[in-house]
Amino acid sequence: MSHATAPLIEVRDLGVRLNTSRGPAQAVRGVSFALRRGETLGLVGESGCGKSVTALALMGLLPDSAVVSGSVRLDGAELVGLSDSSYCKLRGNRISMIFQEPMTALNPMHTIGRQVAEPLRRHTGCSAASARKETIALLDRVGLPDAAKRVDAYPHQFSGGQRQRITIAMALACQPDVLIADEPTTALDVTIQGQILDLIADLVEERGMSMILISHDLGVIAENVQRMMVMYGGTVVESGATDAVFMRMGHPYTQGLFRARPRLGARKGTRLKTIAGTVPELADLPAGCTFADRCGIVEARCRVALPAAVGVGAGHDVRCLRTDVSMADAAGAVRV
Amino acid sequence: MSLFILRRILTLVATLIAASLIIFLVLDALPGNAAQMLMGVDASPDAVRALTVKLGLDQPLTYRYLLWIKGMMVGELGNSYVYGTPVAGLIAERLVLTVPLAIMSMLITVVLALAAGIYTAANHNKLGDVGVMSLTQVGIALPNFWFAILLILLFAVKLQWLSAGGFAGWDDGIWPGIRSLLLPSISLAVVQAAILARVTRSAVLEVLREDFVRTARAKGLGKREVLWRHVLRNAMIPVMTVMGLQFANLLAGTIVIENVFYLPGLGRLIFQSIANRDLIVVRNCVMLLAAMVVTVNFVVDVLYAFIDPRIKVANL
Repeated sequence: MSHATAPLIEVRDLGVRLNTSRGPAQAVRGVSFALRRGETLGLVGESGCGKSVTALALMGLLPDSAVVSGSVRLDGAELVGLSDSSYCKLRGNRISMIFQEPMTALNPMHTIGRQVAEPLRRHTGCSAASARKETIALLDRVGLPDAAKRVDAYPHQFSGGQRQRITIAMALACQPDVLIADEPTTALDVTIQGQILDLIADLVEERGMSMILISHDLGVIAENVQRMMVMYGGTVVESGATDAVFMRMGHPYTQGLFRARPRLGARKGTRLKTIAGTVPELADLPAGCTFADRCGIVEARCRVALPAAVGVGAGHDVRCLRTDVSMADAAGAVRV
Repeated sequence: MSLFILRRILTLVATLIAASLIIFLVLDALPGNAAQMLMGVDASPDAVRALTVKLGLDQPLTYRYLLWIKGMMVGELGNSYVYGTPVAGLIAERLVLTVPLAIMSMLITVVLALAAGIYTAANHNKLGDVGVMSLTQVGIALPNFWFAILLILLFAVKLQWLSAGGFAGWDDGIWPGIRSLLLPSISLAVVQAAILARVTRSAVLEVLREDFVRTARAKGLGKREVLWRHVLRNAMIPVMTVMGLQFANLLAGTIVIENVFYLPGLGRLIFQSIANRDLIVVRNCVMLLAAMVVTVNFVVDVLYAFIDPRIKVANL
């Protein structure tokens, strides 16, 4: 493998154990993927499926009590077990993250200019004056109107969409290699969502970053990433090229997610399909397939052990014992 | 910004007027004629009536109230019934003790509380946190006069480092005065600091859970940097609110503590004047205390706006 094609970030068998009020919980199990420079990966799943915990594990921002196992390599260097001070040199510099809530992700007491300049000042050691110049350029690039004038304004003086642009500028300040966007548009108005996603996509392409986009919205995933992983109960139940997964959904859960999305033009009175049952408690996961209790085609053997991932196509893996049946169903799922 | 301050000043004035009305009416409604009190139960009714007229107590209520307000404007507060000297002078000579005492105790309170509060929040649920928080629990439970007596026993009786009471004054320089106020201000500060430390701790812990703290960490800031640069300023709003309220407690505490340490301060003056029914002194002292508390809380309000940029806009 030549250097150019070596993975930029490589995650192998990542596990995260959290201490919750209900006891220890295995929030993430056996997550593996590799991302080359410029590639984009989507993580999709319901709340509590472990997608945000995976992201925080990559950032090294889990609570002290969390136990991380497996391996995360950035350019070949191991990140799991790295000291916090070493991690601080990477965060905001080589790996950046955009969070879900732009309304609360900014410090209300500091000007936005100061907050965007902070990673620059910290990682590049540039002067206050040049950091300010760079900050204005960044704010301009993310489409904040009147950047030069508004750099000294406070977060409360901006709308949600503008604040998300500001957090994007902050995340990109040091030209990171990897950008993790955790539900970057969930808290925004629908009209703004598209603009923000386009902006992120443009910047990812322009700067040759790798991106991990986390969303519960299949539409967002379909349009913005090359590959996707569907997570459920802390495990990846399906992964593959976005097209391939949408074309031939292999896991009953992926199919359920797809059917459960609301559609325009549906006949009046049509009830939205939901996935029966609730997300399992992470503190109390079943022994076998995590989806077994909600699955329509579950068999006894599904409950014995966590199914292994099986290849159903080029780079398309499904963690299911019944792909023979589910893949036959899948054709129906895609027909809109 | 100026509009914000103007509004606060109007509130301040309104509060002071309300306070003056309440103080005046309550003291006026108290049973026991001041003149009768001064002359003793055996005094002849004529003599009592003569003194009542002399003190102006026969005038209508509104007139006396307005006269008092006018007097406060020009600094003419009348003469003490008991000492016969101007009340303004009596208060002024007591303030040179009580104001430094209040400032010193407030300083000790803030330093102790912030240090303990930030330390415990940064070491949440660790041994240091549990230890210091248990100490503050004890601190809250201590009556300040009892703690004052313990301090006297230790530092004045046993170690003989400081005197057990009395005030050295400011004539021989600043140190003798401060030395004599040290134990009183510590005894006043300990309970307050214990409360404020707990407030600080929970305020800091609350801010530590905010999203922007995670953002700051994601930018590459270490835990300590995040604490100092991002958390503390946000945590200061509730801390300052409590500080403003504690100032009132502290002034009330001086009445007890000045008596324990034989300090000729404002608290002792109030105490003695109440005992002597020297109502004109009581009324002016209480008004002064009210004004101090209201002013301190006004300053806190204005400081909010300096700390939190959102407040200026929200209140316009």
